[in-house]
Amino acid sequence: MRTHQLTSALVLAVIASWSASIIGQGSAGQSVRPRAAASTTIARTPDGQPDLQGLYDVATLTPLERPAAFGNTLSLTDEQARKLEQAVADRKERLALPSDGNRAAPPVGGDGSTGAAGNVGGYNNFWIDNGTQYVTVDGQKRTSIIVDPANGRVPALLPEATKRNAARLLQTTSDEQESSDPGLERAANAYDDPERRPLGERCLLGFGSTSGPPALPVLYNNLHQIVQTRNTVMIINEMNHDVRVVRIGGQHLAPTVRKWMGDSIGRWEGDTLVIDTTNFTDKTRFRGSSENLHVVERISRIDDKTLLYRFTVEDPTTWATPWTGEYTWPVTDEQMFEYACHEANYALGNILRGARQRDRESAAKRSENR
Amino acid sequence: MSFRRLLLAVTIAAVAAAGFYVGTPLSGQQQPAAYRPPRLPDGHPDLNGIWQALNTANYDIQTHVARPAMQLRPGPYGPVPAASVLALGAVGAVPPGLGIVENDEIPYKPEALAQKKKNQDSWTTLDPEVKCYLPGIPRAHYMPYPFQILQSTKAIFFAYEYAGATRNIYLKDPGPAPVDSWMGQSVGKWEGDTLVIDVTGFNDQTWFDRAGNFHSEQLHVVERFTRTSADHLRYEATIEDPQTFTRAWKISMPLYRRIEPNAQLMDFKCVEFVEELIYGPYRKNPLPR
Repeated sequence: MRTHQLTSALVLAVIASWSASIIGQGSAGQSVRPRAAASTTIARTPDGQPDLQGLYDVATLTPLERPAAFGNTLSLTDEQARKLEQAVADRKERLALPSDGNRAAPPVGGDGSTGAAGNVGGYNNFWIDNGTQYVTVDGQKRTSIIVDPANGRVPALLPEATKRNAARLLQTTSDEQESSDPGLERAANAYDDPERRPLGERCLLGFGSTSGPPALPVLYNNLHQIVQTRNTVMIINEMNHDVRVVRIGGQHLAPTVRKWMGDSIGRWEGDTLVIDTTNFTDKTRFRGSSENLHVVERISRIDDKTLLYRFTVEDPTTWATPWTGEYTWPVTDEQMFEYACHEANYALGNILRGARQRDRESAAKRSENR
Repeated sequence: MSFRRLLLAVTIAAVAAAGFYVGTPLSGQQQPAAYRPPRLPDGHPDLNGIWQALNTANYDIQTHVARPAMQLRPGPYGPVPAASVLALGAVGAVPPGLGIVENDEIPYKPEALAQKKKNQDSWTTLDPEVKCYLPGIPRAHYMPYPFQILQSTKAIFFAYEYAGATRNIYLKDPGPAPVDSWMGQSVGKWEGDTLVIDVTGFNDQTWFDRAGNFHSEQLHVVERFTRTSADHLRYEATIEDPQTFTRAWKISMPLYRRIEPNAQLMDFKCVEFVEELIYGPYRKNPLPR
């Protein structure tokens, strides 16, 4: 079990700070246009549908949300992309150097850094597998996965959503805690019960919406496999071996049936697989959403090594407008590993035991002071 | 009247006899090969579907009469349910079953048999199913949950409702498993109309049932899936583990298609359901036990 407290938000912050120093003049914001697939050349299943099957590694340096420094600029210039990718490569190479055996112990409480490889107990370079390149769509390196709204950011939460999520601070916690608001970690009672811990820490779903929908790139274990039968499309993500069986031409389940990853039905629009997902649980809470979350994914084949994954997220009780992202799924020849998260989840028990130890220590201190 | 009755009776007998001749195999054999299954465009039998066992092997793969509970303790006149499962009453009883093991014998080495008995006596604390751990192979196929075979001309994948367990069947051998795992590494090939899956790379953490039957990390399972009718698969598995057993042994059973028009896997993410069991004592305010 790996602790799942590190957040893509933190990684994003690191990328943003590099970006700010490298960004000069960005290329102008491009409008997102629908793409016609080269329908005659792509591989097809015996049924004649585009063959989406394969194993994909979706790791990328492109963050979900665009660093503010890029404004409304959707694409990096080649020069910017080269510098940013080189900076990451240099950093990883530096971190991969042997450690100095005579180095001092880290300071109590950590070295103050917040990055994934920083602080005491955080992941070092070995664990991190978040890609080496920015996503390329239409020949352009992207500054963010989100393409709509134009600033590449998740729209602000509606006041009712903020209110609802604040009330949740006193209830169970969820994905929102890791991915969007580190402040929640400091909420009262955050360590009182297992149900207060993030879904990733509890091994209920991988963190950062790696399973989706929408499926997003995360810090590591970014593999997805697609198997396509006549009437289903199965999508599995490596972390935590979560399968979605999309029923082609199916009907949504009754609203009383709620699923962690929602209920997915699919249809073909030309050569694009369109997956419609509803019926989420009220515990899934993708980036602060409610159980009214509705995700539409569009998967199409760009070439024999690449899929385009596009998604639109809406929840009228959470955001005023839908928002859309897209990125590529490049094929990989890696092997998918069994991510047996729960079976070796020492972290969750230790986190709670640690909190109880802290409770005892502060109780002892209080009685001393009395 | 009586003549007409006699005639009717004779006619019925004749029809029945004819029917008998037509309908009954002469040699009484049960050859699955007689069934011609639907095929995928690559010519292999189509195993797609949602399947489930209909037996009590998950309680005990060997023949067993009903027992009061999965975990027992001595009572004044024989075993009674252990305190940990007492509240379940008849719901916690073990239903009887004829077993799935060939000749009903699991060839344990003596020390392994002793371990099996220990496992059974401490079922609630030791059975990985109690903690919602991944089930391993072959157990995943006879748990009381459906599983789905997703087969295309390029890939074969098994998705299990229990604990969201999965396994990809490699159709090209990737070589030895790089690391041990709960579900093992599966390599499949076709022998005629039978899908044969060779599974290695197991850890020693999974069990075969709720009766303490277990194995080491030397487990090697060879499974055979054969369609025997529109809605049945024959499932066989040969199990070897030189550290635990004196020889290879075999299990077999039919698997049944879930034929409900809306049959599909639903969520059984039991991880959430065992949090109170595993982490309850570390709550700020533990619930009374």
